[in-house]
Amino acid sequence: MDAPNNQTILVGEDRPIRLDSGVDLGPVTVAYQTIGRLNADRSNVIVVCHALTGDHYVAGTNPVTGKPGWWDMMVGPGRVLDTDRYFILCANVLGGCMGTTGPRDINPSTGRPWGLGFPVITISDMVKVQVRLLDALGIDKVFCVIGGSMGGMQVLEWATAWPERVFAAVPIAASYRHSAQNIAFHEVGRQAIVADPNWHGGAYHDHGVTPHRGLAVARMTAHITYLSETALHRKFGRKLQNRETITYGFDADFQVESYLRHQGSTFVDRFDANSYLFITRAMDYFDLATEHGGKLANAFRETPARFCVISFSSDWLFPTMESRAIVHALNSVAANVSFVEVDSDKGHDAFLLDEPEFHETLRGFLDGAARHRGLRPFPAKEADR
Amino acid sequence: MTASSLPAASVSGSNGDLRFDLRLIADMVTPGARVLDVGCGDGALLQYLARTKGVDGRGIELSMAGVRTAVRRGVSVIQGNADTDLADYPSAAFDYAILSQTLQATQRPRDVLAHLLRVGGRAIVSFPNFGYWKARWHLLTKGRMPVTQGMPEEWWETPNIHFCTIKDFVVLARCMDIVIEKGVALREDGRLNRLSATGPWANLMSAQAVFLLRRRDMETPT
Repeated sequence: MDAPNNQTILVGEDRPIRLDSGVDLGPVTVAYQTIGRLNADRSNVIVVCHALTGDHYVAGTNPVTGKPGWWDMMVGPGRVLDTDRYFILCANVLGGCMGTTGPRDINPSTGRPWGLGFPVITISDMVKVQVRLLDALGIDKVFCVIGGSMGGMQVLEWATAWPERVFAAVPIAASYRHSAQNIAFHEVGRQAIVADPNWHGGAYHDHGVTPHRGLAVARMTAHITYLSETALHRKFGRKLQNRETITYGFDADFQVESYLRHQGSTFVDRFDANSYLFITRAMDYFDLATEHGGKLANAFRETPARFCVISFSSDWLFPTMESRAIVHALNSVAANVSFVEVDSDKGHDAFLLDEPEFHETLRGFLDGAARHRGLRPFPAKEADR
Repeated sequence: MTASSLPAASVSGSNGDLRFDLRLIADMVTPGARVLDVGCGDGALLQYLARTKGVDGRGIELSMAGVRTAVRRGVSVIQGNADTDLADYPSAAFDYAILSQTLQATQRPRDVLAHLLRVGGRAIVSFPNFGYWKARWHLLTKGRMPVTQGMPEEWWETPNIHFCTIKDFVVLARCMDIVIEKGVALREDGRLNRLSATGPWANLMSAQAVFLLRRRDMETPT
């Protein structure tokens, strides 16, 4: 397999990126990963959009955590995102903390980290940066844009704002707008960060500290929403952590407590608190229907893209109902759409996990789309034999 | 329509197992047409149409298992319901709306028919014939709801809640001012019955029927 290739590039140097807030931002550093080979007519590109706390380390080993990339099982020769056929590209989102410009980076006009001075960004702004990246790479039209959760929001933004540049779109476990419940959970997370005395109004870098307690609580709360009750119970039940009986105290008596604390504490090592604020805000602001005169169908009018909408039966963060609303809107403009609700008890996180039914559905859709696009696998390389 | 108008050996390779009634339906579709298959099952017909006729096809299927198989085949199918989801589609979005062996399982067959002809200029509808002599004989001699090869479930477990005879269907089409362009009656073994599908003998001697319908205001074929 061609090893994942991690790079950075500068975009918006001559022409800054006009953000939805009206701010002009540029230049912007974009960190991205590619896997596989671009074909001669540059028609085999799959853009993978990552989720809230994801990054561009899709495959191979994530150099920050030392763990496999978040979709490593999906990417490779003969896998669902088949590198014998497709060229996989994933960029760290604008506002992120893994290499693409975000609040942790230096604001050139002050020489200090942006912190809260970073412009408030939207899903649309994230996609604008990805479009600039593709422009810089000379890729005009992508074969497929795919992503789960916030990645799915970016997919919808891609397909509606740049329809002529997208052949196929796969929003997974996503929604066309962030629900009140989801905004509420995000607000809990943000308040936990802001309430941490180490946050210092977002200027913690100046004080040499990080609001790690607040960020850990934000992660713990969010993590619960990514799992189903069934999955949580199956994994932990009421099992105790390294002890025979309860201790009549506030130690992590239960395994589930210990697990959440671990999730929180490892998260703060790899994620920036201000990035968490800005990216969750971008998700909250996302509402494709409102952006199109209150009618979601307007967003998809005349869309030439082939859609495959996928949801998971036990996902209560982005429930099937929301995917179905996207499907209804696509049907009302007679768009080309497939829709599958995958039976899974693993909750929202199912899109990151080994779900054979999901993988086979996606493989079938991509195969069909590739046939229509006239994409063929690369001939086997001599060197590979 | 008779057997002689069917192209010989139109199925080949992996499509060889396409059911005969589905082949009949496929033969009614013009190449390159836009097709909506309502109750498309595992997408076999849509896949066949795409491969052999370059048809731009979409499907609606109630069973999740069917949808998954269809999407895996590379066919565009959504999980949905003929009674509720047809209303989403804009008028004249398709050239043909197909309803194969599904009409009798819908809540409101008349509304579904009306929607089929609204979203597709033409509709192709197939259904099991309750007027088949075996069904009549079963009811007459046993006094119980017929269980036949084409209608294999007991009354309490069947998804088929609106059975009709071929004659019933023809009468409904007339009531709705629908033009029957073609009608084909099939025997229990799935082979063609060379009887006029709208005549009384077909209603007695056929296990199922396939009709090509069009709205009165559509132009006639050239």
